[in-house]
Amino acid sequence: MIKKFVLLSFTLGSALLFIVKLISLQIINQDYNEISLNNAVEKRPVYPTRGLIFDRNGTLMVANQPVYDLMVVPDNLKPFDTLELISFLDISKDELDQRLTKAKRFSSKIPSVVSRQISKEKQALFQEKIWKYNGFYFQKKTIRDYILPIASNVIGYTSEINPAELKNKSEYSLGEMIGRQGIEKTYERNLKGEKGVQFYQKDRFNRIIGSYKEGFYDENPQAADNLTLTLDAQLQLYGESLMKNKRGGIVAIEPSSGEVLALVTAPSYDPNLLLGGSRSDSFRVLVNDTIAKPLFDRGLQAEYAPGSPFKTLNALIALQEGVITPKTQFTCNQGHYYARGSFMKCHCPIGTSNDLIQGIYNSCNSYFAKTYVQIINKDSTASIGLDRWRTHLEKFGLGNYLGYDLPIGKKGFIPSSSYYDRWYEKGSWGPTTVISNAIGQGEVLATPIQMANFTAAIANRGFYIKPHFVKPASLQVNDSLYPKNQTLINTEHFETVIEGMYQVVEKGTARIARIPGIDVCGKTGTAENFIRLNGEKTQLTDHSIFIAFAPKENPKIVLAVFVENGYWGGRWAAPIASLMIEKYLNGTIKRSWLEDRMLNGSLMSEYMKPLSGKPFNINE
Amino acid sequence: MNNSILSRLDWLSIFLYFLLVGFGILNIYSSIQSDNALSLWDISNVAGKQLFIFLGCCITLPLILYIKSNLFEHLSYIFYGISILSLMGLFVFGQTISGATSWYSIGGFSLQPSEFAKLTTALVLAHFLSAIQTDLRRLKDQFKIVAFIGLPMLLILLQPDAGSALVFLGLFFVFIREGMNLRWLYLGILLVLIFIFTLLFKPIAVSIGGLLLISIAYFTIRKSFNKKSPFLITLGICVLFSFSVDFIFNSLFEQRHRDRFNIILGLEADTQGIGYNINQSKIAIGSGGFSGKGFLNGTQTKGNFVPEQHTDYIFSTIGEEWGFLGSSTLIILFTVLIFRIIYRAEKHTNTYRRIYSYAFASMLFIHFFVNIGMTLGLVPTVGIPLPFISYGGSHLMAFSFMLFLYLNFDSQRLS
Repeated sequence: MIKKFVLLSFTLGSALLFIVKLISLQIINQDYNEISLNNAVEKRPVYPTRGLIFDRNGTLMVANQPVYDLMVVPDNLKPFDTLELISFLDISKDELDQRLTKAKRFSSKIPSVVSRQISKEKQALFQEKIWKYNGFYFQKKTIRDYILPIASNVIGYTSEINPAELKNKSEYSLGEMIGRQGIEKTYERNLKGEKGVQFYQKDRFNRIIGSYKEGFYDENPQAADNLTLTLDAQLQLYGESLMKNKRGGIVAIEPSSGEVLALVTAPSYDPNLLLGGSRSDSFRVLVNDTIAKPLFDRGLQAEYAPGSPFKTLNALIALQEGVITPKTQFTCNQGHYYARGSFMKCHCPIGTSNDLIQGIYNSCNSYFAKTYVQIINKDSTASIGLDRWRTHLEKFGLGNYLGYDLPIGKKGFIPSSSYYDRWYEKGSWGPTTVISNAIGQGEVLATPIQMANFTAAIANRGFYIKPHFVKPASLQVNDSLYPKNQTLINTEHFETVIEGMYQVVEKGTARIARIPGIDVCGKTGTAENFIRLNGEKTQLTDHSIFIAFAPKENPKIVLAVFVENGYWGGRWAAPIASLMIEKYLNGTIKRSWLEDRMLNGSLMSEYMKPLSGKPFNINE
Repeated sequence: MNNSILSRLDWLSIFLYFLLVGFGILNIYSSIQSDNALSLWDISNVAGKQLFIFLGCCITLPLILYIKSNLFEHLSYIFYGISILSLMGLFVFGQTISGATSWYSIGGFSLQPSEFAKLTTALVLAHFLSAIQTDLRRLKDQFKIVAFIGLPMLLILLQPDAGSALVFLGLFFVFIREGMNLRWLYLGILLVLIFIFTLLFKPIAVSIGGLLLISIAYFTIRKSFNKKSPFLITLGICVLFSFSVDFIFNSLFEQRHRDRFNIILGLEADTQGIGYNINQSKIAIGSGGFSGKGFLNGTQTKGNFVPEQHTDYIFSTIGEEWGFLGSSTLIILFTVLIFRIIYRAEKHTNTYRRIYSYAFASMLFIHFFVNIGMTLGLVPTVGIPLPFISYGGSHLMAFSFMLFLYLNFDSQRLS
């Protein structure tokens, strides 16, 4: 009888065995599901294209362009035409071998980059031959396309994120571009957008064979914001050409809004240098140029002695504090003694008697030294007077970061009483000790953008708006981001000082800045400066400085111009500022003789002097 | 007549047949589908072909049922002869696909004679065994039986298609049923165990183990036996077998054969080479979980990770897309079908029909056991299809006809 049940029991036994195995595979062991997802489904990020950058008039400045990385999978390599490849890549045979060895050392199955950012024109030539090169393929990437190769100091640049940064930035993945400097860095979040993800079904050769579940789990990328800069591309371009062969900076601001119209630093660099395959070499050259410092933004980072333009602030403070009136007169005899044995020189003829407006347009050192003594001496001690003076200046945005939307900057410096207490015995210093501050020399330091900013406060008759580089509207935020910052000076005092600044251009030190039909107000500066040369403090030719705004009523533009070692403010800075104003307000330049002189003028010989190793003369 | 034959039909088996083939076509469709939808009514894809052949089989079903069963009995030798000739003809006219010369190519369709040889061998064996003059205990008849089975097996082995040849060993169950001494069954099981243990351990260790076990057996049950010789003979066979397995396995087998056994026994963990199929099959089934990923939603299936998925590895598609529920249901359906055939076979008074039905059940079982066992990684990789489910025209036709003959015999039990 048992014989009848042999096959039955074998069948039943197998069925039970299979079901037990199925329970263990499908119900108890959960690993298989994950393995299956890992080898059958691929998750691929989808990157939105980086936001475009426009100037204030809607001119496209920065766009995107496709480039191609030549990739290699070492395992798939077959013998290929080495000569053709090295001539295409423009590298030596050794260099190619080196890169292939490096790729193989990294992984023989995972792709490595052989050559980065090959332009699409170059790639197109090689694309039709790539099939002959087993193991090589092109990978498309998107990089910046600088439609206008200007304002590299404002826009900044992008580069691939490096592995060390990836640890802290989980939202990025290797090979993605990240903003490194300027607008690209500050507004990285807006420009980047949010990447999406797509799921793909793979086959056993790891090839994509279609979307996974018809894209049910896919997420679309969030488009990046396009930014509208406050810069005027025409003005920026013009400023950059005016500053050619000079060192220094131009800052132009629309005073009513705080919008920066131009931020020029010289020398600068072509943003296209930081694109393409030779990016890292170009970058090294720029970083290593420690003399001209092309990566150093002189408009934001250079702290200069403000020089004579600073007199306008001392005048305002003195008026507000009531230590002078517009009618107050001081005499000047080519300068004056401010303490026993200490003489401050001035260029006023002997026996000149200036009131405030004359003091400004003649830039009389004696007038402001005497005014400054009165500001400091108004109270019982010099400390109180100095700190009150400092408070006024702080309200003009000096001595601290302005808080604009670029990632670099300097505080400048306005000394406080405690600063002097550290240098001198407490109470032993007085107004005459710190008298250089009266004329913008001595301890005070300011960056060109701070200078432009306080000029904007003067032009606005009492307030400034934090300078900024991106129109709030393009960030979907309202204007309340930038409120008015009031100074402590009454409006009527500004009118006096502005009249003085108007006279500077009309009959003072900057008559060259006059523009027919436009009322220009300004103030020249000629600031002494020193470097340490072979261990000795050496004086160089003075910096040429000019602050200006125009028109006098309802100003549209304020400027601060610094030209290093340009000597008189009226020689370089004032004409440049004047041309900028004319360009911005009229669109065309009528004074082509002046324009030619500025465009073609070079200070390179001046800059070579301290490098020559020979004794040299200054202020020629 | 018409009414009576309908009432005498084994409707349960017919129902299971339609269910299994229908389910099979669904899964073949799923295993080949890509993003662009395929039509089932298009014989240029395998699912369409399988459906086409299934419909063809359905048409022949009533024809076969109306034929008197005696006719098949009388024609057994002729069918067998044709079958053997067609197997021989392969060496001249056959078409070689992936290394095996197993097919005739006729007008776009391929015909696999070894599938039909299963049917004809079952018929001839039933005819021979049921003959009054045949005695299973007589050496001459035993030799004839071995020849009947051995001839097609040998021809198929030479193709070479070891998997199909293996199926004929399933007829072993027929002899057990028909009165073969059970000691051959025990010996068979013993040899399989020794085979496995020899691969796992050294032959010398297996010999010592065998000696110990047989000594224990001898001392516990010697009272019921008078002679020591059966024990000594068994021991001798075990030791000899163990050493010869070691020799054959290591010297005569090719590496690919060794690999198949080593993977199953866990002696090698190779997920890229030979172990790839089994590993991917297990991933597909395991990832199905309790209720499966759903029809047409298997990611492993879509990605073609499991090779031969519409034929030998069709069960991995079922496991992935229908989960534990679907795959265990399928196992139960098969078990029910085999049980049903054995149950009805035992009711036959006609020996010929009983033996045929039994032979059919045995072959179904071998396919079921080896195929699903292989897909689950329990049995070494042997390429044979899952009856009624896997893609394969000849296979589906041969097994359909086998089932139809079983139905025919079953319905004419009383005649």
